[in-house]
Amino acid sequence: MIIRQLSIFLENRTGRINEVARILAENGINMQAFSMAETADFGLLRLIVPDVDKAVEVLRAADIAVMVTDVLCVNSPNVPGALSAVLEKLAANGIFIEYMYAFSDGDSANVIIRPNNIEEAVRILS
Amino acid sequence: MIWNPNKECMSREQMRELQGKRLQKLVQYVYHNVPFYRNKMQEMNVSPEDIVTIDDIVKLPFTTKQDLRDNYPYGLQAAPASEIVRVHASSGTTGNPTIVGYTRKDLAVWSEVMTRCLTAFGVTRDDTFSVSYGYGLFTGGLGAHYGVENLGATVIPASTGNTEKHIRLIRDLNITGIACTPSYALYLAETLDKMGIDKSEIGLRVGAFGAEPWTENMRKEIESRLGLKGYNIYGLSEIMGPGVSYECQEQNGSHINEDHFYPEIINPDTLEQLPYGEQGELVFTTLTKEGMPLLRYRTKDLCTLMDGECPCGRTSVRMGRIVGRSDDMLIIRGINVFPSQVESVILEMPEFEPQYMLVVDRVNNLDTIQVQVEVRKDFFSDDIGSMLAMKKRLSDKLKSVLSIAADVRLMEPGSIERAQGKGKHVIDKRKLQ
Ligand SMILES: [Zn+2]
Repeated sequence: MIIRQLSIFLENRTGRINEVARILAENGINMQAFSMAETADFGLLRLIVPDVDKAVEVLRAADIAVMVTDVLCVNSPNVPGALSAVLEKLAANGIFIEYMYAFSDGDSANVIIRPNNIEEAVRILS
Repeated sequence: MIWNPNKECMSREQMRELQGKRLQKLVQYVYHNVPFYRNKMQEMNVSPEDIVTIDDIVKLPFTTKQDLRDNYPYGLQAAPASEIVRVHASSGTTGNPTIVGYTRKDLAVWSEVMTRCLTAFGVTRDDTFSVSYGYGLFTGGLGAHYGVENLGATVIPASTGNTEKHIRLIRDLNITGIACTPSYALYLAETLDKMGIDKSEIGLRVGAFGAEPWTENMRKEIESRLGLKGYNIYGLSEIMGPGVSYECQEQNGSHINEDHFYPEIINPDTLEQLPYGEQGELVFTTLTKEGMPLLRYRTKDLCTLMDGECPCGRTSVRMGRIVGRSDDMLIIRGINVFPSQVESVILEMPEFEPQYMLVVDRVNNLDTIQVQVEVRKDFFSDDIGSMLAMKKRLSDKLKSVLSIAADVRLMEPGSIERAQGKGKHVIDKRKLQ
């Protein structure tokens, strides 16, 4: 299914990531998953939170550069091989993955995938 | 050694007489060939006949960098285009470079004054000399080049870049002298260390360093690490290029080639001429130039002038070290950089807020410039590739405008400190002590 992800631009300033975490915590927003992509001088923090709109509001209020990106969230049983089956299916249909990261909540694993063509990817996997 | 004792050791009275005659001739020449100067002189009610001795120079109008920009490209040129044999250009603040045309005679004068400098440094026709200033529109490379040739030494036109290859040439060709920026000299020393070559394996003995401000400490470091003696050479492209002034063996100020470039020190606020020994803005009049002669050009460089005999035997006035600039120009690796150049690039790109900060530093003895810019909210992307492409677009534009590479840092909106009133856009971390 398609879900909304927060993408936050961070210059590599110490403490900036803590600031994001603190603002979310103060507003009672839980970070379900995150991934950090870094280049030599800036980073992109990608976040999955339950209340996207509220998170955007409080982060923007704190002058944090946040944007919302559509990503694919694939729920698969937490067993070996489950993820590779998904990836093979996408690859076989010519879908290219820009980035992905995963989080587990016990029995099942959630994989966040940013494909180059999100609608097509949904159709292939459904 | 003195290349031209007739001029370099002229008595003060003779020199003043020569300068007066040359000034008279110059004023006639620009009055009749450069409308800009004719208009200025008419406004001031000064006619060429009012100029009799060199002291009359105070009656003449000043010329500023802004005048050069306003008259871009050839408005201040006095010689007809057919007489111009070469053009150099230096970067300006508004994107318009300063264009300087040289006649054949100008180039001959330039070679002559460069040769005086090299001779004062102890370079002779037996030397093999590497010119490691940039060759091109910048005056450093070609200016030094023809001086070395005129002297009769062997010139190695190494230019800048490919430092390891350069060091191998220094060793294998037994290069004994080098002209470059002091920061490049330190970079050479580092590369030497990196390559595991000891200074005893190379034969450098003389360095002609200029095109950027440097200190006694840098001189000591360069001298001990490269095993040579370093001399200051000063010049500016608007006046000629390298060769305007030079240190002798005494290294107590730089002798000015004042038969060609007449120096004054003025108070930059009142524009009053100041006596020798007082610090102020250095001003030059090109006494013999044909292509683009300038009256009382304000260099913006702050220093003092010293007269009195020099033990070396030269009688010319000496200038002390440049202690600062009267405007905000930055000199980075010998290239003039103005914050407003960066500003004009950023303002043209919708991706960025009109906020920026230049952080200048000297890392491993090489000047660095970092440009911090704020990305507009609408232009952030979740795609790192497109963010890096945005950064590269800005880097490429800056490179083409500034002629040097700047390290671009993308910043969040609002993260650059807002200045009150006139924006402060520069943090210069270089310590020139
Ligand atoms: Zn001297």
